[in-house]
Amino acid sequence: MQAMPLTDIWVYLAGTPLLGLTLTLVAYQGGYWVYARAGFRPLLNPVLLAVTFIVIVLALTGTEYRTYFDGAQFVHFLLGPAVVALAVPLAREWDSVKRLALPIAGALGAGSLVALGSAVGVAWMLGASPATLLSLAPKSVTAPIAMGIAEKIGGLPALAAVFAVTTGVIGAALGKYVLDALRIGDWRVRGFALGVAAHGIGTARAFQVNPKAGAYAGLAFGLHGAFAALAFPLIYAVARRWIGG
Amino acid sequence: MLAGLTWLLVFQCLGEALVRMLGLPVPGPVAGMLLLFVALRLRGTLPANVDTAATALLQHLSLLFVPAGVGVMLHYGRIADEWAAIMIAIVVSTVLTIAVTAVVMRALIGRQMPAAADAAEPSSSDPPEH
Repeated sequence: MQAMPLTDIWVYLAGTPLLGLTLTLVAYQGGYWVYARAGFRPLLNPVLLAVTFIVIVLALTGTEYRTYFDGAQFVHFLLGPAVVALAVPLAREWDSVKRLALPIAGALGAGSLVALGSAVGVAWMLGASPATLLSLAPKSVTAPIAMGIAEKIGGLPALAAVFAVTTGVIGAALGKYVLDALRIGDWRVRGFALGVAAHGIGTARAFQVNPKAGAYAGLAFGLHGAFAALAFPLIYAVARRWIGG
Repeated sequence: MLAGLTWLLVFQCLGEALVRMLGLPVPGPVAGMLLLFVALRLRGTLPANVDTAATALLQHLSLLFVPAGVGVMLHYGRIADEWAAIMIAIVVSTVLTIAVTAVVMRALIGRQMPAAADAAEPSSSDPPEH
């Protein structure tokens, strides 16, 4: 094989899924390395670092998101099996979960409605457009489920995914400070609150800190996804009729 | 690891099939999680291969959100126009959600177990790390 000039190599690589996939893994591990080196400071979230780095690389090289996603979809796809995998920590903690059925149901319902109502309410008061409001509604639900909900209620699925990831990063970054301020010492409560508010990214953070918190965050993340997928389209339908829109 | 991952995919497929067959409004993977949970409870023990695969996936759960996050570049225009409203709404709402969820859950646990319950739980004088 004849040697290729560098630009041709780039054109070749940029056209295969390999580059998007490699870039995702390299950027995440770089982000994780920085996060670990900084003593797991919540503000240096590895997702935030990786996304920022990839967006800069794609912008500088003029690569389209679709081209990048051809490779990155293999990572994105694993969100499905990861949601299934949440059954494992749930089964392990079941004996303690069972005794807390009422606190769990109450906290999930309250947290979910506050997440929905406060996001839409604050953005509406600040004059956000309807498409933005409808895409913000499922922001505390994990990205693939948020995309499905946004589609159902007339938001923009890709925008909903971005808002969900942003929410996850912010929840994982600020959770510690909010929970410390409220003097919440119980790992189960800390984990559950992170899972309801910040879905999988909050759950990842909780697993890094404490296994019990991780299990409860995973439980909250799965329950919130199921609850929101059922409840949000209904709430939207009722709200629309009520407003008369 | 491979056998465990296969099981996760099998249960995801079962979940997708169930949701479509019954016309349920739940996402397929959530149904798959519930089915796997039931199967694990019926079996009584956790197979090592499923445990390995699940732990590996959940350990780097946040990696899986990177591709969706990069989707920010698709909506750059809209986000640039409305970024203040969006960011304020997300930060305020996320902080409120964490606070309300935690306070409600703590209150309900306290009501259910007035004896302050499990000695295994850390007390608030033992500040957690996250």
